[in-house]
Amino acid sequence: MSPLVRLLVSLAISFPLLLLNVVFIIWFERKTLADIYGGIGPKHHGPFGLFQLAFDGMKLIAKEDVIPAKADKMLFIIAPFLVFVPAFMTFAAIPVYNNIYARNFDIGIFYIFGATTLIPVGIILAGWASFNKYSLLGGLRSAAQQISYEVPLLMATLGAVMLSGSLSLVEIVKAQSKVWFIVLQPFAFIFFFIVMLAELNRAPFDMPQAESELVAGYNVEYTGMRFAFFMFGEYAMLLVMSALVTILFLGGWNSPIPALNGLVPGITWFVLKTYLIVFIIIWIRGTFPRLRVDQLMHFSWKVLLPLNLANLLITSAILTVVYL
Amino acid sequence: MQSWHYADLVYMYTYIAVGIAFIAVALGLSRLVAPHHPSKVKNEPYECGEVITGQPWIQFNVRYYVFALLFLIFEVETVFLYPLAVAYKTLVKTMGISAFIEMGIFVVVLGLGLVYPWRKGILKWV
Repeated sequence: MSPLVRLLVSLAISFPLLLLNVVFIIWFERKTLADIYGGIGPKHHGPFGLFQLAFDGMKLIAKEDVIPAKADKMLFIIAPFLVFVPAFMTFAAIPVYNNIYARNFDIGIFYIFGATTLIPVGIILAGWASFNKYSLLGGLRSAAQQISYEVPLLMATLGAVMLSGSLSLVEIVKAQSKVWFIVLQPFAFIFFFIVMLAELNRAPFDMPQAESELVAGYNVEYTGMRFAFFMFGEYAMLLVMSALVTILFLGGWNSPIPALNGLVPGITWFVLKTYLIVFIIIWIRGTFPRLRVDQLMHFSWKVLLPLNLANLLITSAILTVVYL
Repeated sequence: MQSWHYADLVYMYTYIAVGIAFIAVALGLSRLVAPHHPSKVKNEPYECGEVITGQPWIQFNVRYYVFALLFLIFEVETVFLYPLAVAYKTLVKTMGISAFIEMGIFVVVLGLGLVYPWRKGILKWV
């Protein structure tokens, strides 16, 4: 296949894949949350309300696009781009199977973290440009939270990188063909999972969007499609992070039972594991109350960071003994 | 730079371009279908229906800035750990135990960097 054709094919696959998955995850979240608190969730359009999101999309497109008179117009318009585009960018690096990926970047992990670091910029721009006290507070909180948890996120990933000796996501999964890194690095897995929730602004770390105190956080002033792209970016990141947990710690496309290796295509395992993580994240949202801001910041700097450093030291000590 | 490095960049920029194009197309479509009737009240900031007082672009807590600085320091130091982690196996094989000692020194210095602001009370979020 010529390089150009390959690029176009990978775009033609990953773009619809992103849309479908995001739509499905939003439906899945509403249905699961409804089950948790004893409600019904979407049910009118299509089987089990599966087409609800198509109608929501149509509604959002037909909504009036309001830009507040006093807002900083240029920044207001740029902000949704900075939230959605990085989330879509990361799709270029996610390998679904041995040879099924858009691009196997040598520095896949850096690429993904580099892209996601742009998202707080978009969020703080949205908060600042709206000329609204609530959205400014939401944006600041979100930025403070995301940069505070960025450091433990990178450190938790280091565990997997040290074991596999590569930054390429494909190589990392290949290194787990015998033992998954969740077994070798259980603490790094736990840290990564907690930090991921904070990075995604998900419950119990969802202060930036605390409805009860900040109306809705940084996107109060956004309507119609602009609002839709914030939501889109958020759920795309949820998918990407779940896939990343699968790749880094849950063995990617490797099957949990070695006997099933040839029988079931590896891509099935990848999808199942990713959606298991998505389900757990939604489950946590339905179960845990929200933390306070000070608790959140202290947890990152005074608990997660030292523990991650200790984990790193212990891992390297054990690896030294193993390699020597 | 080798040719496949350029290929990496081509992939990155294409994905960025497609992401931007998607938003632009969707916003353009919305402009065609959506109504547009701006009014003075509608373009006010939304603060739960109250008449707004003061303005949001004021000085806010400096603590956010301090945490941003801390983030910058630790992020850069963590990025330095990555090449070490990737090469760790080779390092141990060639240098023996001193690879671990050097890594240990780096991590301990990082830890000291955390202890300093902690003792200074900078990590306290009020």
